[in-house]
Amino acid sequence: MIDEEDDTLIPKIAERKISEDIAVSVTELDVTYRTTFEKRPTLKQAVVRLGRGKRSVKTVEALKDVTFEVQRGTVLGIVGHNGAGKSTLMRTIAGIVPPTRGRIEVAGRTSTLLSLGVGFNRALTGRENIILGGLAAGLTKEELEERYERIAEFADIGDFIDMPMRSYSSGMGARLAFSVAVHLDPDILLIDEALSTGDAVFKEKASQRMMELVDNSSTMLLISHALRTIINMSTECIWLDHGKLMMQGDPEEVVDAYTEFVHVKKTSAAMNDM
Amino acid sequence: MSRGAPTQERTVQVFLPHRAGLPRLTTYFATLWSRRHFAAELSSATMRAAHTNTFFGQFWLVISPALNAAVYFLLVNVIRGGSAGPDFFMHLLAGLFAFNFIQTVMTNGADSVVKGGSLVLNTAFPLLLLPFSALRTAFFRFLPSLGILLAFFIYFDYAGPHSQECSQATGACFDLNTIHFSPVQLMAIPAFLLIFVFAMGLSALMATVQVYFRDTTQLLPYATRIWLYLSPVLYFADQMKPWMLKFEVFNPLYPLLGVWTDTLIRGTMPPLTWWLGSAAWAFGTLILGTFWFISREREFAVRI
Repeated sequence: MIDEEDDTLIPKIAERKISEDIAVSVTELDVTYRTTFEKRPTLKQAVVRLGRGKRSVKTVEALKDVTFEVQRGTVLGIVGHNGAGKSTLMRTIAGIVPPTRGRIEVAGRTSTLLSLGVGFNRALTGRENIILGGLAAGLTKEELEERYERIAEFADIGDFIDMPMRSYSSGMGARLAFSVAVHLDPDILLIDEALSTGDAVFKEKASQRMMELVDNSSTMLLISHALRTIINMSTECIWLDHGKLMMQGDPEEVVDAYTEFVHVKKTSAAMNDM
Repeated sequence: MSRGAPTQERTVQVFLPHRAGLPRLTTYFATLWSRRHFAAELSSATMRAAHTNTFFGQFWLVISPALNAAVYFLLVNVIRGGSAGPDFFMHLLAGLFAFNFIQTVMTNGADSVVKGGSLVLNTAFPLLLLPFSALRTAFFRFLPSLGILLAFFIYFDYAGPHSQECSQATGACFDLNTIHFSPVQLMAIPAFLLIFVFAMGLSALMATVQVYFRDTTQLLPYATRIWLYLSPVLYFADQMKPWMLKFEVFNPLYPLLGVWTDTLIRGTMPPLTWWLGSAAWAFGTLILGTFWFISREREFAVRI
């Protein structure tokens, strides 16, 4: 169950003096949550399970005692097996999932790109989704209007911007989502496997834009299963295994340790997007 | 959440575990208020999307209550052999439109979080914006029906039967048609505000229930139908049998719809107990619904 310790889901804004050059500080972080066995809990299943004396709720220890710091301007790669807790870590840093125990400090505004078609309602047009995405993330209408042209241009989907997103290909959806995320001018950009459906031109544009952000002292946390991407783009890397932080350090070294641990040879299939 | 500024002054966000399920409420409501445009935008975008592929488009907002009124006119005046009179018909319409508002809030509110999908999973924002967005949608669907009500009201006021019925014995006469404009009707505004506050609490309540018990939206149509029959919509409150009246203390719509229809249609001031009862139900539901929602909100991201 959730530990009752201290404060808030919605961040307590504090003029704190964590070290000036630290962007993200994670201290003794535990994240445990309860979820149901069935994706859609129905009355019948509740009755049947009661009858059998089985619990229908499962406790998942997603992260266990994770502690690390990220300096400003770092591109932090995060590697680990499926279910290691990488996405949960991102969501906790973004403030979407609260910690069960521990403390997270984030200096500045985060922008998330956490899954394909991020934050988007497919019945609405691209334009409406840009506006909703920006408003949900805390931009004012004026700020949005100011950035709208740049977002649309970067996404480069032409007239499709006024068509419902259900008519988009997955690549177009990803481009739009990415465009919104990077144009929120975040201090910390959290990216989770979101680049894999882009075409070559877009990937080029995207990595350029990401590097621009990093050059302007933004920080980036990047999850990818394409280990070559991690090595090429990251300046530092962490490896999670079953919720525990195994290693933090140079990307090549961490990736080496990870691939050796999981007994995978560094073949093209393992290192790149298929 | 504010932007990070140049090196010297950065705003640091601190995330800590919860205390007793509730976050710091002043911060929560401040953030909620500052992101209200999101709720408004989501609501209007959803309404636009609902009618894009239809012929009549946004006109459905007017056609829908008009058709509803026509169906009940048929039921009351034609099928039942209507000597029910204009005041009953207007009472029925006013009660029905208000009830439909509440029903829409419950249904859309229930779906608001579970269908929030990737927005809930990928962006940090006060989730209470989602049921409130559903509330706004329901309200904007309700407004055109007021236009229909007004049209009928004007018709009955000027063109409806104006004869009097006089008793042979006592010589006392009364109007056959009690539909007249009067200043008391302005009290319908606070009456509706109370309904609105009640609906606000209901939307948050239903959104929370649906996350934990997905059968809710399946059961809702039946539950609301029964609720309709138990409320003074299809009949006047004073036509209710005594045994039913005893249970009406548990029915929030009894005082809420009572003050609404009395002020708007009958032009009479309802008793103070009805006002107090309405306020109690409205604000009680609001507090219960929103606080329960906020205390459970953090689980939503992992339960949908």
